[in-house]
Amino acid sequence: MTEYSPQIRKVAVVAGNRIPFARQDKTYRHASNSDMLTAAIDGLVDRTGIAGEELGEVVAGAVLKHSRDWNLVREVVLGSKLAPATPAYDLQQACGTGLEAAILAGNKIALGQTEVAIAGGVDTASDAPISLNDNLRNKLLDVNRARTAADRLKALSRIRPKDIVPEIPRNAEPRTGLSMGEHCALTTLEWGISREAQDELAYRSHKNLAAAYERGFLEDLMTPFLGLTKDENLRADSSVEKLAKLKPVFGKGETATMTAGNSTPLTDGASAVLLSTDEWARAHGLQPLAYLTHSQTAAVDYVKGNDGLLMAPAYAVPRMLARAGLTLQDFDYYEIHEAFAAQVLATLKAWEDPIFCKERLGLDAPLGEIDRDKLNVNGGSLAAGHPFAATGGRILAGLAKQLNEAGGGRGLISICAAGGQGVVAIVEK
Amino acid sequence: MTDRYQGFTQSGIGRFVVKNLGLPDPTPLQRWTDGAPLVDGPVLVGSVTGTEVSKAIQATLADAGVQFSVASEGVASSEARHKALVFDASGMESTADLTALQRFFSPVVRQLATCGRIVVVGTTPELAQTPRQRIAQRALEGFTRSLGKETKRGGTVNLVYVAPGAHEQLGSTLRFLVSPKSAYVDGQVVRVGTDLDVPATADPAAPLAGKVALVTGAGRGIGEAIAKTLARDGATVIGADVPQLANDLHTVITGIDGSELLLDITAVDAPQRIAAHAQETHGGLDIVVHNAGITRDKRLANMRTDVWDAVLNVNLRAPERITEHLLESGVLRPGASIVGVASISGIAGNNGQTNYATSKAGVIGLVQALAPDLESKGFRINAVAPGFIETRMTAKVPLAIREAGRRMNSLAQGGRPVDVAETIAWFADPESAGVTGNVVRVCGQSLLGA
Repeated sequence: MTEYSPQIRKVAVVAGNRIPFARQDKTYRHASNSDMLTAAIDGLVDRTGIAGEELGEVVAGAVLKHSRDWNLVREVVLGSKLAPATPAYDLQQACGTGLEAAILAGNKIALGQTEVAIAGGVDTASDAPISLNDNLRNKLLDVNRARTAADRLKALSRIRPKDIVPEIPRNAEPRTGLSMGEHCALTTLEWGISREAQDELAYRSHKNLAAAYERGFLEDLMTPFLGLTKDENLRADSSVEKLAKLKPVFGKGETATMTAGNSTPLTDGASAVLLSTDEWARAHGLQPLAYLTHSQTAAVDYVKGNDGLLMAPAYAVPRMLARAGLTLQDFDYYEIHEAFAAQVLATLKAWEDPIFCKERLGLDAPLGEIDRDKLNVNGGSLAAGHPFAATGGRILAGLAKQLNEAGGGRGLISICAAGGQGVVAIVEK
Repeated sequence: MTDRYQGFTQSGIGRFVVKNLGLPDPTPLQRWTDGAPLVDGPVLVGSVTGTEVSKAIQATLADAGVQFSVASEGVASSEARHKALVFDASGMESTADLTALQRFFSPVVRQLATCGRIVVVGTTPELAQTPRQRIAQRALEGFTRSLGKETKRGGTVNLVYVAPGAHEQLGSTLRFLVSPKSAYVDGQVVRVGTDLDVPATADPAAPLAGKVALVTGAGRGIGEAIAKTLARDGATVIGADVPQLANDLHTVITGIDGSELLLDITAVDAPQRIAAHAQETHGGLDIVVHNAGITRDKRLANMRTDVWDAVLNVNLRAPERITEHLLESGVLRPGASIVGVASISGIAGNNGQTNYATSKAGVIGLVQALAPDLESKGFRINAVAPGFIETRMTAKVPLAIREAGRRMNSLAQGGRPVDVAETIAWFADPESAGVTGNVVRVCGQSLLGA
């Protein structure tokens, strides 16, 4: 065996870029994943002046993907301003895709396997991959396999009208048949998260994002796309009173509290983050915004076990804190992905709960409360929207910039994902 | 869930058809309603010899305002129509005394009123003084079980074995068995006698006043009836159910001013959550009803491990873990009463229910295993074993099997959730201090597993 003792290197978050997020079937209704990701990457390339540069790799992904896009990211690179010799690959971990891509690329940088990489993600809920229903698909494959015209005709004759109905991707867990919102509604009830608290969180998300636009915070984090310059979902004039008027959409009856206002809408968009070593950044005249230091993934058994579908971050964070030697209070910023206001609130409540922390997390004491004024200070997914795989890049770039602006500090990222998963990370400067 | 056949038998043409074809003729059972007398009619009391038990029986009936007469010289007249017949057989010393049963009951049994009650009180055979006494006492079971099958028009027959010297603990059990509260309890044997003290009678209209009761699976079905019945008797109810049934639970609990606890009882931290909720919200717990249950019927050859375990986890392992933690955590207050919900499936077995029957027989095991130790701590544990109860769960049973389940019992009909609930309320009553380790079937004396 060759000598192998890599020096762990710091992973700098150099820059980030995204296109404004659009609501499903609105401005980006005819844009493909490929169009959007290319726009996000090219914007990043332009801003950092690295056009024609050969990077170590580009890793990104999409949750809803056409089968023809099997090599989506490599195709995007070939159509981008990057050197065509830049390798690329696709990665998918549901809503955790964007952050997981950054962790993976960051680890390669840390281990000295590459100097620079772009991590990103893209999703479209509008240009969704409608597929043939399995019956029709199987019958057409039979037609294809037939050797003679007669056999082909015979195979074709077995197609029935009902086979023509296409399969449209559903936002539902394959093993439970429940949508993510329905799953979250159960968690909401179990943790007793009130409608008022959810609306309040949603209101603050809109208010904070609107303020971020106001002070120009997003100017070097965003490239306009198809005429859109701001997130389409943002309601700068949102108020708790307006949110309180909405009818619940998940759960039913008197106990339902989750509305379209305190749940993220389906959204289209893309994001990308430039990661590198300090040396690479310096050599290219770029200043690191912050550093990606720790990360953790976790999953829960939401099918047969008793955890909520979106509760995995509640497990991932304490594991990461233990490894980093930190407490939950040792942060200046908390970026908790707002899949649903209730998901954020249930996670925070779980960390404050002595029984959950002892019996489920195996901790002697609860993780405790956080200072809510440090939570999603520049808005969250409720305001910006949540194109599944693009959220990680949005949060990572925004947090790195915020830490840089503040002159230093530490931030926590927590993202819940379908399949009962959670991806979390620490960014520091 | 409606029993259409029973409705038909009450119609004009229905009566004609049923009578002429000798079809099952289920009498609509009378149930107790709030404010109604305990026994709606005269009671006849008899005995082999005057015993302390006889005095206790008469005192209980008198205290409850029940109109009763005592059969002179052990032989009753056949004139009056009695609502209940109570016979004290505890004084039987040998098999020679068994003739007294025939002599007391034969003349009066035909005149028993509709939905009449027959209660025989004996001495616990295992605690008998002599082998002769034990033989005679053991014989009583065959008598009551057979008379249960002979008694028509909604009547029931039950046997109570009282431990020597435990006659003061008989009250709540006698009241339950002579009243319409035990409408669907038939052919059962109840054992009374512990080292625990019977507290002074509280308000008879609210025997559970000041008590805090946990009812799991309180959102619907039998659990809903249990929650409402315990609340009727004065208890503050903590209704627990899975978040999927939040609305059902909310409706039930709002109606009885209790507290809601949304959780899955199989969760690793469910026992701790229950204990913390009871302690923080209500300051402790007096009654625990492990009602939550599921069925996942499959023949064993087709059974998957997840299906098997799902049933075991909800029906048996969760009650076991919750009980264990409640005992350890100190949240149970003195005199606490724990009630398990078993099933006749757990006693008789049932096709396609290996998992369910295993879990329910396990509940009986839980009662038997814990009762002695709990008694030494001042707590009690009992179980009900429902037979065919008309709920959404049994409504899903295929028609033929459902009809068989309904008719194959001495009352020729299914029971109602409230019948199970009343039985649990009797277990929960602080005056039932003498009742522990019992498994009482609420099955109308089903043929299954009898």
